[in-house]
Amino acid sequence: MNETVVKRTVAPGVRLGRVSFVWRPWILLVTLVLTAAALLLFCLSISVGDFPIGLPRVVATLFGRGEQVDEFVVMDLRLPRAAAGLVVGVALGISGAITQSVARNPLASPDILGITGGASAVSVFLVTVSGGAAAAISSVGLSVAALAGGLGTGLLVYFLAWRRGVDGFRLILIGISVSAVAEAITTWLLATADIKDVARAQAWLVGSLDNRSWNEVGPALWGTLVLMAAVACVAFQFKPLHFGDDVAAGLGVRYSRVRAVLLLCAVLLAAMAVSAAGPVPFVAMVAPQVAMRLTRSPTPPMPASAAVGALLLIGADLVARTALPLTLPVGVVTAVIGGPFLIFLLVRANRR
Amino acid sequence: MATQCTTGTVTGVESGTGAAPRLEARGVTVGYGERAVIDALDVTVPQGVVTTIIGPNGCGKSTLLRTLSRLLKPVSGSVVLDGEDIGRLKTREVAKKLGLLPQSPVAPEGLTVADLVARGRHPHQGWLRQWSSDDASVVEGALEMTGVADLADRSVDTLSGGQRQRVWISMTLAQGTDLLLLDEPTTYLDLAHAIDVLDLVDDLHESGRTVVMVLHDLNLAARYSDNLIVMKAGSVLAQGHPGEVITAELLEEAFGLRAKVIDDPVGDRPLIVPIGRTHAPGVDARTGNPST
Repeated sequence: MNETVVKRTVAPGVRLGRVSFVWRPWILLVTLVLTAAALLLFCLSISVGDFPIGLPRVVATLFGRGEQVDEFVVMDLRLPRAAAGLVVGVALGISGAITQSVARNPLASPDILGITGGASAVSVFLVTVSGGAAAAISSVGLSVAALAGGLGTGLLVYFLAWRRGVDGFRLILIGISVSAVAEAITTWLLATADIKDVARAQAWLVGSLDNRSWNEVGPALWGTLVLMAAVACVAFQFKPLHFGDDVAAGLGVRYSRVRAVLLLCAVLLAAMAVSAAGPVPFVAMVAPQVAMRLTRSPTPPMPASAAVGALLLIGADLVARTALPLTLPVGVVTAVIGGPFLIFLLVRANRR
Repeated sequence: MATQCTTGTVTGVESGTGAAPRLEARGVTVGYGERAVIDALDVTVPQGVVTTIIGPNGCGKSTLLRTLSRLLKPVSGSVVLDGEDIGRLKTREVAKKLGLLPQSPVAPEGLTVADLVARGRHPHQGWLRQWSSDDASVVEGALEMTGVADLADRSVDTLSGGQRQRVWISMTLAQGTDLLLLDEPTTYLDLAHAIDVLDLVDDLHESGRTVVMVLHDLNLAARYSDNLIVMKAGSVLAQGHPGEVITAELLEEAFGLRAKVIDDPVGDRPLIVPIGRTHAPGVDARTGNPST
C-alpha cells in the first residue's frame, strides 16, 4: 500500500542496458506527433506545385524507388526548397530554445540578440556595395557573408554582455542595442544603394525559400546536423542551469563553459538558418514557446522546439505558395501565423 | 582516506569536538576586484555538528559560505574539504561530497516539486545514465524527510515560502551528501516558518549530517547551532559553542548592539535580549547605564 503511494511521487524511470532516463510519456508522444506532422508537411511541400505528384510517389522517389519522370522534379526542383524549410525551421527552433533557456527569458531569441540583424547587415552590404561591380557574387558568397555576419554580431553581443558571467537581462539589452545599430546600417545601405541592388536586397531581407539550390541547402544541412550533435552532447549538463548559476555550480556543473558552448551553437545555428533562407522572422521566438506549452514543460524542450520550428516554416511556406492568391515570401507568413498562435496559447493559459 | 593533514594554522578554537574538521578555510582572502571582503581568514567546520555563521550586514558571512562551497575562488589561501584542496578537486566530485543551497534560488515557472528535487541527483548521473532506481529511492527519501512528499505533483511556484524552502533543502538532500551548506535558509520567512525550517535542520543534524549555514537571527542561531562563527569586517571575531561565545561584550563588539544575555527558558542556550534606545526599564535610554 505504502509502496504504491511512494511510487506515484517520483517520475518512473526506463532502463535499456546502460542507458536510463525518466519516462515522460506525454512529452515523448507530443514530440513524436510533431515530428511526424513536420515530415508529412515536408512531403506535402514536395507534392504540391504546377505539376502535382501524389504523396506515395513522393515518398517512393525520396527513397530512390520512384519513376524517372518524378525523379527530376522531386530531387532537383522541389527537394532543396523543402529541405531548406526543414533545416531552417529546425535550426531556428533549437537556437531559440537555447537562447531563451540561457537568458531565462522568452524574449531572448536570435532575432532580439542581434544575430539576424548582423547577418542581414553584412549581406546587404555585400549586395549593395560590391554587388553592382561584382555581379559574379553567387548565392553561396552571400550565404557565407550572412554566416560570418551572424557569428560576428553574436560573439560581439556575448562579449559586451560579459561581466563576471552572463546575465540574461543584460544579454537582451545589449542584443537589442546591437540589433538597432545593425538595422540602422542596413537601412543606410539601402537608402544610398542603386535601385536594382535594393530590390535584390529587399527580396533577401524578407526571408524566403524561393529558388533554393543544393549549393545553399547542403552546407546548412550538414552544419545543422553537426551542431545538433554538439547540442545533444552538452544538453544533459545544461539541465541544472535553469535554476541559476549558483545552484548549477552546487550540482557540479561548470556552468560558464557549458553555457558558452551552447550559446556558440545557438549563434551558429541561427546564422546557418539566415544564410540558407534570409532572416525569417519570429520562428525562433515562437517555436520554443509553442513547444513548451504543447509538451507542458516548464522550460523550452529542444527536440519539440526543433519539430515545431520545422512545422511552422514548411507550413508557412506551403500557405504562402498555395492558399494565397499571390505568392508571398515565407517570412511574411511565419509572422502572421506564429504571432496569433502564441497569443492564443497565452490567452488560453490565462483563462485556466 | 587516511590523508594526514598537518595544519599549519592552529587556531585557539574551542570547537568542542576533537575529530578532524570536515571543511576548513586556511588563510583565505576573497575579494571582488580590488576590495578584499574576507582577509586572511581561518575557520574550521567540525564533523557532525551544526555550524552557523553570524555577523553584521556586509561582514562577509555569505562570502565566506560561498568560498567554503567553492562558488568563489579565494585570491590567496585555500579551502580544504576532507583533507583535500577544494580548488584542485573536480567540480562534480565536490558536488558528491558537499550540498549547497544558495540564497533565494528560483525555479522555472510550472516545474513540479518532484522534478526539482530529482535534479539534485545530477552529480550522480551521466549522459547515458540519466535516471536509475537508486535515484528514485534517494529522491523519495529526501521528499519524505523534508515532509514535502504530499506536494510532489504541485508546481513549485504555487507553494508558500516555507514549503518552497523545504523543497529546495530536499533537492540539496537528494544530492546525497552528508555535508550541507545553507545560505540564509530562513530569509523572507515568518518566525513560525523559520522555526519549521530550522527544525528540519535539526533533523538533518540528528541523522548525522554536518550543516553550515548563515543566519541573521542571533537567537535562532544560538538555539539551533552547536558551533558559532562570529564575523566582523571580513575576519572571525570568535568561534565556539553558543554558550561560550554569546556574551554582552561580544555583541557590543561585533554588532554595536547593547543587549542582555540571559538563560533561555526553553533550552540550555543563551538568549539575547536587545536593549533598544528607550525600551529598558531602569536603564538610562542614552547611556545604557543604570538610571539614578
